[in-house]
Amino acid sequence: MLLIHCPYCQEERPELEFRNTGEAHIARPADIANISDEAFEVFFFLRDNPKGLTYERWRHIHGCGRFFNAVRDTVSDKFVTTYKAGLPKVAVVRADDGSVRVSDRVEGAGL
Amino acid sequence: MSGANRIAGKGRLTPARTVRFTFDGQALTAVEGDTLASALIANGIHLTGRSFKYHRPRGMLSAGPEEPNALMDIGRDSARRTPNVRATVQEVFDGMQAKSQNRWPSLSFDIGAVNNLASPMFAAGFYYKTFMWPKAAWKKLYEPVIRNAAGLGVSPSERDPDHYANHHAHCDVLVIGGGVAGLAAALSAAHAGAEVIICDEQPEMGGAFRHETDTTIAGKSGFDWAQAVVAELRAMDNVRVLTRTTAFGYQAQNHVGLVERVTEHLAAPDARLPRERMWQVRARQVVIATGAIERHMVFANNDRPGIMLASAARTFLNHFGVAVGARVGVYTANDSAYNAAFDLKRAGVSIPVIVDVRPQVDAALLARAADLGIEVLTGHAVVDTKGSLRVRSMKVARIGGGGGKDYAIDALIMSSGWTPSVHMYSQSRGKVVWDEASERFLPGVHPQASMSIGACNGTDDLNETIAEAVRAGRESAEKAGVASGGGWAPPAAVAGTSWAGNMMGSGEGAGPDTTVKAFVDFQNDVTAKDIRLAVREGMESIEHVKRFTTNGMATDQGKTSNIHGLAIAAEMLDRPLPKVGLTTFRSPYTPVTFGAIVNHSRGALFDPTRKTPMHDWEAAHGAVFEDVGQWKRAWYYPRTGEDMHQAVNRECRTVREAAGLFDASTLGKIEVVGPDAAAFLNLLYTNSWDKLEPGRCKYGIMLREDGFIYDDGVVGRMAEDRFHVTTTTGGAPRVMHHMEDYLQTEFPHLKVWLTSTSEQWAVIAVQGPKAREIIAPLVEGIDMSSEAMPHMSVREGRICGVPTRLFRMSFTGEAGFEVNVPADYGKAVWEAIWARAEPMGACAYGTEAMHVLRAEKGYIIVGQDTDGTVTPDDAGLNWAVAKKKPDFVGIRGMKRPDLVREGRKQLVGLQTRDPKIVLEEGAQIVADPNQTVPMKMLGHVTSSYWSENCGRSIAMGVVAGGRSLMGQTLYVPMPDRTIEVTVTDTVFIDKQGERLNG
Repeated sequence: MLLIHCPYCQEERPELEFRNTGEAHIARPADIANISDEAFEVFFFLRDNPKGLTYERWRHIHGCGRFFNAVRDTVSDKFVTTYKAGLPKVAVVRADDGSVRVSDRVEGAGL
Repeated sequence: MSGANRIAGKGRLTPARTVRFTFDGQALTAVEGDTLASALIANGIHLTGRSFKYHRPRGMLSAGPEEPNALMDIGRDSARRTPNVRATVQEVFDGMQAKSQNRWPSLSFDIGAVNNLASPMFAAGFYYKTFMWPKAAWKKLYEPVIRNAAGLGVSPSERDPDHYANHHAHCDVLVIGGGVAGLAAALSAAHAGAEVIICDEQPEMGGAFRHETDTTIAGKSGFDWAQAVVAELRAMDNVRVLTRTTAFGYQAQNHVGLVERVTEHLAAPDARLPRERMWQVRARQVVIATGAIERHMVFANNDRPGIMLASAARTFLNHFGVAVGARVGVYTANDSAYNAAFDLKRAGVSIPVIVDVRPQVDAALLARAADLGIEVLTGHAVVDTKGSLRVRSMKVARIGGGGGKDYAIDALIMSSGWTPSVHMYSQSRGKVVWDEASERFLPGVHPQASMSIGACNGTDDLNETIAEAVRAGRESAEKAGVASGGGWAPPAAVAGTSWAGNMMGSGEGAGPDTTVKAFVDFQNDVTAKDIRLAVREGMESIEHVKRFTTNGMATDQGKTSNIHGLAIAAEMLDRPLPKVGLTTFRSPYTPVTFGAIVNHSRGALFDPTRKTPMHDWEAAHGAVFEDVGQWKRAWYYPRTGEDMHQAVNRECRTVREAAGLFDASTLGKIEVVGPDAAAFLNLLYTNSWDKLEPGRCKYGIMLREDGFIYDDGVVGRMAEDRFHVTTTTGGAPRVMHHMEDYLQTEFPHLKVWLTSTSEQWAVIAVQGPKAREIIAPLVEGIDMSSEAMPHMSVREGRICGVPTRLFRMSFTGEAGFEVNVPADYGKAVWEAIWARAEPMGACAYGTEAMHVLRAEKGYIIVGQDTDGTVTPDDAGLNWAVAKKKPDFVGIRGMKRPDLVREGRKQLVGLQTRDPKIVLEEGAQIVADPNQTVPMKMLGHVTSSYWSENCGRSIAMGVVAGGRSLMGQTLYVPMPDRTIEVTVTDTVFIDKQGERLNG
């Protein structure tokens, strides 16, 4: 069972307390009622499903109840970082040995 | 006596402490501390089972958890029986009943053994190729017969009366394995200040010292040193020592599963003790010290009872005091088998010859053999054996020389070398690395916070192992961030056994040019020939070879066979062994019982049961309950002599004629509060909430972003900034989740707070013409007249002296109220209402009558009349979709081309031509019943009931273009008949809705 760091509780808690809620950083269009079919398809249906680093949303549903974002490596299943919902996408870099860390260059990273 | 093969003065058991057990009904005696294997051998029994495929007689190969052959059915009583238990692990307790498996009618005479004679038919892949045609025969004929004939134990049929425990444990350092490496590491880490857990699968720690008796550490024999270390560890507050405990699964982030066998060895266990204890350990650092497993030699007929690993024979002698035979042959490629031979010889066992495949052997070993008068043949091989139920002779030949000489023996011990146990490392997602010098796979980079030490890490030398362990213990404590100044100095040690020598694959006389049965995998009856066949058939990947031959599968997971199989495949493929690759080791390391895994989660604890505050009243009044998710809901209340149908008919009639009480407490309830509460609901529901005045209610529909109906419910506005939202019973958690998602991530600018109040309110629906009359005298502070409190309104006041939110609303079509009171008062208020209702001719009604009554009015149930692909328009609910709102969840999705096209399935009423026929829910609807199959389906029945109030059956369904088919005849084809139906609207009673205002 994975341990996941909740950026609100500031604690690592067991995976059972959390729920994955899909890909992160997909903003609901402000003028959604008037977007084209193609734009709606991109917004609602198309997802990346990458092998490697993925940005996803989690909810600490059996804890504080808050939604947050995470960067996870789908190959190693390791979380690189988690950060509060609403913060900008955190940039990460992969080192030569394959390990991944939060890039130093981005403000607010690692929250 | 506890067995003729017990040797006085040998072993660590106390001969006087005997226990009695049975094997296949035969009464036998063992000594306390015996495993079933040692007890059987002490009694001269090597034949313990029949092999899986060929039904060949088999005996113990090992003395440990790697055992592939000796699988037994172990019983305590009829309810406490476990199949497929390894006899080499199970400790004998007084009264134990052991039975052999996979034989009929008896172990020594087994009909299935004809498979052995017909073995040319049963080559690898035989089943895949033979039982292909006709296809239908596989399920009915081939599979049942094959499953019956081949197979391991039989699962118990009675309920397990024992209980199991589950522990979550945290520690700084978890040490897996209690051999010399693990013990030294644990002591080192503990003295450095770490919280330590050390586990070992055996009853006593000591690892290889169970068989190896020539080593001294700190002036003691290895085993005695180990016990002293265990005593020291047990005395430390920061150490937990777990014996009979197997680490079986290494998961992410150092989460390791251990299973402790608590009472499996006890004759009369305390009933309060769990049978097994599951430990879920989360360790900051893990030290893997799992040792190595000896491999057998692969040669013709290497599987007869009495042929076993050299270390096993040494364990039986040195630990249990049992000789595996009187005349024991030795066949080896490894030095350690010599020590086994020496020990046996010194115990009075005859060793006719040590056969060593290696042309050169360490001179000191040869000298010791000579001293003991044991003949050694180097550069020789055992090329065949004889003996039906026990090995009787072996044939020894010079390698490359042909011919051979027979030696009479009654046991044969063998060793082709030691395989490091990299299972835990591999399970931690580590990739093994081929070490060319020592020709073995070893741990590489550890992907988790762990390290491997000792034999499992390829460290053979005793002093190097101890030094490595002490270092690992210290480092683990440091990495865990708990290291203090303390420490532990490694003791002086003198090793007594060399572990050198390695041979992989088949030996002399079992090469590619032969057809002999040289077993690689005993449990699956896989021979060297089978592996070669797999390669010839085109299997190049070791994963394919494994699946084609089943090599390395089943309960032992190839602990002795994997490397041999790999070597033979590599030879056939003419590729270096590491290029062929090793199969991945997966959890569990050894079999784990369902009892330990399921643990407390059975019976009432399998899933939580939710009961409403009125549950006990309902049960006392004869309610039959139905499960709705985790809820127990009163389904109907049969009176004496009534069946379900009669009870539901009476309840439905009574509600419309007088009144009924219904427990609606399970409905989801969410309190939506804040200055932006109405704006938030505008975004979450299709309806507009701006104009809803405080004190009024509205039926709301919630969509997903894709435009399909997600949930519905009545929402009451309690104040400008406060709404009482209800959801469906099953939808409560997901609606809350859905709302929180939008509030937190899409509309975080809105000042709204959401609180689930589902379990805080008990809800009593009072429905029917007498509803007001029933509750009015109990209510204070609310004008309940129709003028002051019309349909779809909500008031706050008191009922029976407790606060209430009183809704005037209806899910029956009758005038009615839903009384919300704090849950703790639910039962008392219900009883007070009931005391007035019953004399007035009202009844309590359950969910079935509720379903019928709402269907009579065409009210939908989300999840029954909708299925996640139904739009508000499909359900005839367009009136509930605000036309002028700029945004709400689903506003764009519901405009997608497919959701607005003509001919979509629409919810309509269906009336059978014969009013007595009740349609089946889910039945398909067609226009022409005489068309050819497959017919064109127009839709299906979603709700269907007998309506006592209508005096006929009623139904709803979704039908393509349904609203344009009003009055037309459609058909419902059933297996036995075709039912004619007429398309109608969905309201079957009181079409004007006058009763609502009564």
